[in-house]
Amino acid sequence: MILEGDQLTIGYPDRVVGAALDVRLETGEVLALLGPNGGGKTTLLKTLLGLLPPRAGEVRIDGAALSSRSIRERARLIAYVPQTHVATFAFTVEAVVLMGRTAHGDLFARPTAQDRMVAASMLDRLGIAALADRPYTMISGGERQLVLLARALAQEPQFIVLDEPTANLDFGNQGKVMREIRALAASGLGVLFTTHDPNHALRAADRAYLLRGGERIAEGPTKEILTQARLEALYGAPVRVITDASGTAFVPG
Amino acid sequence: MNNARSAVPGFAIAIAVLIAGLLLALTVGRYPVSLGDLLSVLTAKLWGHRADVAPAVESVIFQVRGPRVIAAMLVGAALAVAGTAFQGLFRNPLVSPDILGASSGAALGAVLGIYLSLGVFAIQAIAFVGGLIAVAIVYVIGAAVRSRDPILVLVLTGVVVGSLFGAGVGLVKYLADPYNQLPAMTFWLLGSLSATGIADLLPLFGPVALGTAVLVALRWRMNVMSLPEEEARALGVATGPLRIAIVAAATLVTSASVATAGIIGWVGLVVPHLARSLVGPDFARLLPAAAILGGGYLLLIDTLARTMAQVEIPLGILTAVIGTPFFIWLLASVQKNWS
Repeated sequence: MILEGDQLTIGYPDRVVGAALDVRLETGEVLALLGPNGGGKTTLLKTLLGLLPPRAGEVRIDGAALSSRSIRERARLIAYVPQTHVATFAFTVEAVVLMGRTAHGDLFARPTAQDRMVAASMLDRLGIAALADRPYTMISGGERQLVLLARALAQEPQFIVLDEPTANLDFGNQGKVMREIRALAASGLGVLFTTHDPNHALRAADRAYLLRGGERIAEGPTKEILTQARLEALYGAPVRVITDASGTAFVPG
Repeated sequence: MNNARSAVPGFAIAIAVLIAGLLLALTVGRYPVSLGDLLSVLTAKLWGHRADVAPAVESVIFQVRGPRVIAAMLVGAALAVAGTAFQGLFRNPLVSPDILGASSGAALGAVLGIYLSLGVFAIQAIAFVGGLIAVAIVYVIGAAVRSRDPILVLVLTGVVVGSLFGAGVGLVKYLADPYNQLPAMTFWLLGSLSATGIADLLPLFGPVALGTAVLVALRWRMNVMSLPEEEARALGVATGPLRIAIVAAATLVTSASVATAGIIGWVGLVVPHLARSLVGPDFARLLPAAAILGGGYLLLIDTLARTMAQVEIPLGILTAVIGTPFFIWLLASVQKNWS
C-alpha cells in the first residue's frame, strides 16, 4: 500500500505552517522526517494521520482520499505512536495495549478473547510481556515507548507514524527503538518517524525527508540525502562528519 | 485476565459497604428496628405473607425509611458515576460533577421554583432544565472559544458560568419571602433527603437509570476518552460526538439528583477515588464499582445526618466536612500519583 500526501498545505485555522509538500511512503519502507524545531514536522505528521485536515492538497491511501474513510477505518490503516507522556490514570500495561484494539470493535464493544490474544502477542513481540500487569505510570520511559509501540501494533495497521520515538530515551533504549523500527519495516509495515538525530535516520531509515520552515529541502535515499552540506543548511549550524570502515556518523560542530 | 480476578476483593468491599449502609439506614433512627424484625419483614414481603411484627415496624421500614433509603442509594450512585465520567473525560482526578455548572444551574432552577411557589414536581422539572441550560451554555461558549486546550477552556467556562448562576441563586434568595420561602431554599440548597417520598422516586429513578445505562454502555470507550484528544482519535474514536454523549448523560444524572436532594457536594469527587483505589482505573470496572460504593456512601452519610443530633444535619454540610480534608490530602498527594 502507499500513503501519500499530494501538494499539501499544512497548518491550523489561524496560520499556515508549510505548503506544496509531497510525501510518499510505501509499506515495507522507513521514512525519516528531519528538521529544526518549528519546521513543521509534527504538523505534517498530524496531517498525514488525518488528525489535522490539510488546508490544500490531499492525503491518500492507495489513491483514495484519507478523508473519505471513517475514523475507525483510518485507525486500522495508520497507527500513531505519540511522544511518551505521563498518563493521568494508572492503567495497566495490558489495558493500554488493549486500547489499540478500539477500532476493531463497535462503539459498545468489550475486548474479545481475540483482542486479548493480539495484545499479548504484541507485548511478547517487543519483549515486554512481563510488564503486562504493571501500572503504565510505574514503568521507565523506554518501557513506556515500547508499550505505546505495542499499542500501535495491536491496531494491526499498514503504517505506523512515530513522533520523536527516541526523545527522552537513554542511549541503550534509543538503539532498541531503532532496531524495532527496522524490524517493523521488515515485517511489511510502512514506518514514518521524526527525529532530531541524523544518525538515527542513517541507521533506521531507507529514505529521509528534510523539512525546514515548512519547505521541503530535500528528499531521497538516506545515504545520498544526508550530507554535511545539506545538514548544515537544514539546521543552520556547523556539522562534522566522522567516517571509518564501519560507517558514517554526524556530530554537531 | 489477572486484573479481572484481582478486582474481586474491591467489588466485595464496595458491596459490603452498600449492605452495611442498607442495614444501618433501615434499622437505626428515632424508632429503632431490630435486625431480626427487619429480616422477618423483608422475607415476609418477599414471600407475600404478613410478618409477625408490630404494624408500626412495617410502616417505618416501607413508608418512612424505604423511599429515603432508595433515594439515597440512587443519588449517591448518580453523583459517583457522574464524577467518575467527568474525571475521565477531563483527564483530571480533581474534577467533580459541579464542574460544568450542572449543580448551580439546577440550584437556580429549584430556588426559582420555590420562589414562584410551584409544586414539588414542577420544582424538580425546572431544576433539571436549569442544569441542562447551564451545561449547554458552558458547552456553546467552550466550543466557540478557540484554544489549544479545549478542556481547560471548558472547565474555566464551567467555573465562570457556575458563579453567574450562583449570583442568580443569591438574587432569588434576596427577593424571597424571608419567613416562608427563604428557609425552604436554604434547607434545599444545603442538601437533604428528609422530604423524599415515594412520589419523588420515579422522576429520580428514570433519568438516573437512563444516564447511568449510557455511561456503563460506553465504559470501554471511556478508557480511550481519558487519553489526550489526538491519541484517542488516532485509535479510531470519534471524540467529538462521544464527548457530547458522555457530558449529556452525566449532566442528566447530576441534575436529577440535585432536583431531588439539593446540592450534595463532594460525593462525585470522593467516591470515584475510593472506587479507583478498590478496583483500579479501568472504567469497565470503575463505573460499576463507583455506583455501588456511591450508593453505600450516601446511605451511611444520610443515616449519620438523621441520627447524629436532635435536628437533622443537612447532607451537604456532612459531605463537605468529609470532602474538604479529603480534597486537600488529594491535592498534596496527586503530584506523585497522577503526574
